[in-house]
Amino acid sequence: MDMSQYLEVFIDESKEHLQTINEQLLELEKSPEDVTIVNEIFRSAHTLKGMSATMGFEDLANLTHQMENVLDAIRNHQIQVTPDILDVVFRAVDDLEAMVNSIGEGGDGKRDVTEVVQQLKLIEQGKTPVSAEPTSKPSSSQIHTQTYGEFEYNVLQQSKEQGFTSYAIRIQLRADCLLKAARVFMIFEALEQVGEIIKSNPPAELLEQEQFDQEFIVTVISKENKEDLYKRIMQVSEVEEVVITPLDLEQIGMELQQAEAALTQTEEKSEKTEKQEKASTARQAAAGNKTIRVNIERLDSLMNLFEELVIDRGRLEQISRELNHPELQETVERMSRISGDLQNIILNMRMVPVETVFNRFPRMVRQLARDLGKKVNLEIIGAETELDRTVIDEIGDPLVHLLRNAIDHGIETPDVRRAKGKPEEGTIKLKAYHSGNHVFIEIEDDGAGINREKVLKKAISKGIISEQNATNLTDKQVYELIFSSGFSTADKISDISGRGVGLDVVKSTIESLGGSITIDSHEGAGSVFSIQLPLTLSIISVLLVEIQNEKYAIPLSSIIETAIVKKESILHAHNQKVIDFRGKVVPLLFLKDIFEVPVHKEEGDFLSVVIVRKGDKMAGLVVDSFIGQQEIVLKSLGNYLTNVFAISGATILGDGQVALIIDCNALIK
Amino acid sequence: MTEFQGTELKVIVFQLKDEEYAIPVQQVRSIEKVQHITRVPRTPDFVKGVINLRGVVTPIIDLRTRFGLEEAAISESTRVIIVTLDEIEVGFIVDAANDVVDIPADAIESAPEVMDTAQVDYINGVAKMGKRLLILLNLEKLLNNQELKVAK
Repeated sequence: MDMSQYLEVFIDESKEHLQTINEQLLELEKSPEDVTIVNEIFRSAHTLKGMSATMGFEDLANLTHQMENVLDAIRNHQIQVTPDILDVVFRAVDDLEAMVNSIGEGGDGKRDVTEVVQQLKLIEQGKTPVSAEPTSKPSSSQIHTQTYGEFEYNVLQQSKEQGFTSYAIRIQLRADCLLKAARVFMIFEALEQVGEIIKSNPPAELLEQEQFDQEFIVTVISKENKEDLYKRIMQVSEVEEVVITPLDLEQIGMELQQAEAALTQTEEKSEKTEKQEKASTARQAAAGNKTIRVNIERLDSLMNLFEELVIDRGRLEQISRELNHPELQETVERMSRISGDLQNIILNMRMVPVETVFNRFPRMVRQLARDLGKKVNLEIIGAETELDRTVIDEIGDPLVHLLRNAIDHGIETPDVRRAKGKPEEGTIKLKAYHSGNHVFIEIEDDGAGINREKVLKKAISKGIISEQNATNLTDKQVYELIFSSGFSTADKISDISGRGVGLDVVKSTIESLGGSITIDSHEGAGSVFSIQLPLTLSIISVLLVEIQNEKYAIPLSSIIETAIVKKESILHAHNQKVIDFRGKVVPLLFLKDIFEVPVHKEEGDFLSVVIVRKGDKMAGLVVDSFIGQQEIVLKSLGNYLTNVFAISGATILGDGQVALIIDCNALIK
Repeated sequence: MTEFQGTELKVIVFQLKDEEYAIPVQQVRSIEKVQHITRVPRTPDFVKGVINLRGVVTPIIDLRTRFGLEEAAISESTRVIIVTLDEIEVGFIVDAANDVVDIPADAIESAPEVMDTAQVDYINGVAKMGKRLLILLNLEKLLNNQELKVAK
């Protein structure tokens, strides 16, 4: 009965299911009549219940079961979906999440959920739940008594039928025992020679980590008698005391039934256990090859090693071309193809869609809006945008803060909005997208916007700026002030968006990631917080171009198109060379001059032009020739060369050489 | 050897024109042969560009240019010394690097006054080893120069 190998899978899967439940509940709130959504939730909840029962996390299974009952009633149209009911269900999901997290951190996953269970029951009986503060004190793990779930009970009963006897053995180690885990291991081994360990308290993982005092209980089925077991255990040194009690199966059965009765369990017990078991083993088998956790450092070194391989590949390709040996060429070509695929896999392994951070926001926004009596609709755009794992890990908290800020300070209450002629429901747009060398995340609200005078007044009163300075500041500079520490513009302090200690922390977190944050705001119309994040390690598509003997990469994201232009068609406008491009006047930028490229060859009668844009402005970058489109790995220039003009980074080409990536945003003024 | 422990400084010695310079061995990551350098536009002239050092893009500084000496053609003995300081990793182009020396602490003297004042800034001292004179470089000063900031 060693479950530890399944534990990680169980936790991952449980979190996935809880996430699905969360998402679907939000959907359900929008369209309460939709039975398919309820079915979806039901499915996830059911699987979760089955899994946790098999893993022996009874509290988790029980609470899920209770939730299932409510969902069942909704599905059968016995109760109407109301926000109040959903609140309770959400709270139950919160509890479930807390339990799963506790298990993930090595705890026992126990939690006092009686209140939520009570409320769920009330709902099930068609009554309105009494809203009360959720109590959440984890019950202390019992050491002197052992409780058994249905599944264990079943096993015990079966083994009895086969002539085994079940014992609960309480073992106490000597207080001066040094290697407790080793002793536990020896005891387990001694017992497993003559029987099977059904359960231990604390669980085996905790015992292995020595997370227990001196005492633990194991439940064993064995054909040996009590005395023999005792002797076997006492052979292990440093054991203080062993108390063996045969288990009273009837009593356990009764306790179980009582517990079940309390939970108004309806289904046939044995049938269900069987079903659960089947479901979860199937899940586990499927999940076994689904996820595996790998340390990021390993991926990094894999990546670096692979890049060396790419360099050698480039050399090999060159050598094979020179030697012109068909068999060698064939082999090298094959190798190139395979390593190309490999490259993609390795690069993609580190990238995580930003969705993993975004998906917890709808739930949070809903809760906050309800708490504040506001109506907010959260729109998420570009959740599939991929970011490096390390950035993903850090970006969650700052985003939470900005969202809270937008709901609390940005979006107005429904009556204020109505008075202003806006729709009652405020909208917050959370948008993520790649642009050039960066990922942008924008949080846009259609709320009140930032009041310049109010910010200035506050900043002056807090001593952040002086009155003389205040008048000279541009709007942008004024908005920047709200990132100063010790600043809060809300008229009254609420516990939602903090006490003015937040935004400066947000700013410093983002800057520590090498990013930046800007605000744009129109009073009365809303604000946009725009976060720019570097792709410390990311793949982008570029157009490789040649300027004299040098190669540069231009991100495809900023390219509109490429063109070959005759020299005669260059026009002059105010000392600036321009071309007429599809009816628009586009200024030409000669990269050769801007980058002071050493000239080796003269240019011909035709110019190769890459039309790029920044916002609605365009420019034509004049290069010597286009090499082609390529997927590249972004690399920084290191900490020594920071802020090189119009260069946003570098990449290593197939031949091992470094090519610089052009930052089109810096070229267009 | 043991009786001098703690009072000795292990350094990598390299050559520039006719003089020998030294960098503490802890600050040296590796010594490489010269490979293809990609020029980085609009940087000070002593920044030769960047190379691909086993997957890491590493800036390269020509120490001759940096010290105001005339440039030299790359020869068989030209080396790139990769040094690291805090988070910064750069390579120095030097004429030759082929010695590791233990300098007893008492052999180190502060930089002589007669030297060019601009240079004294990034020179920690001078070590006299018999007939050889080793100039000890101060990487902090060498890499945190104002010229690069101006170039921004």
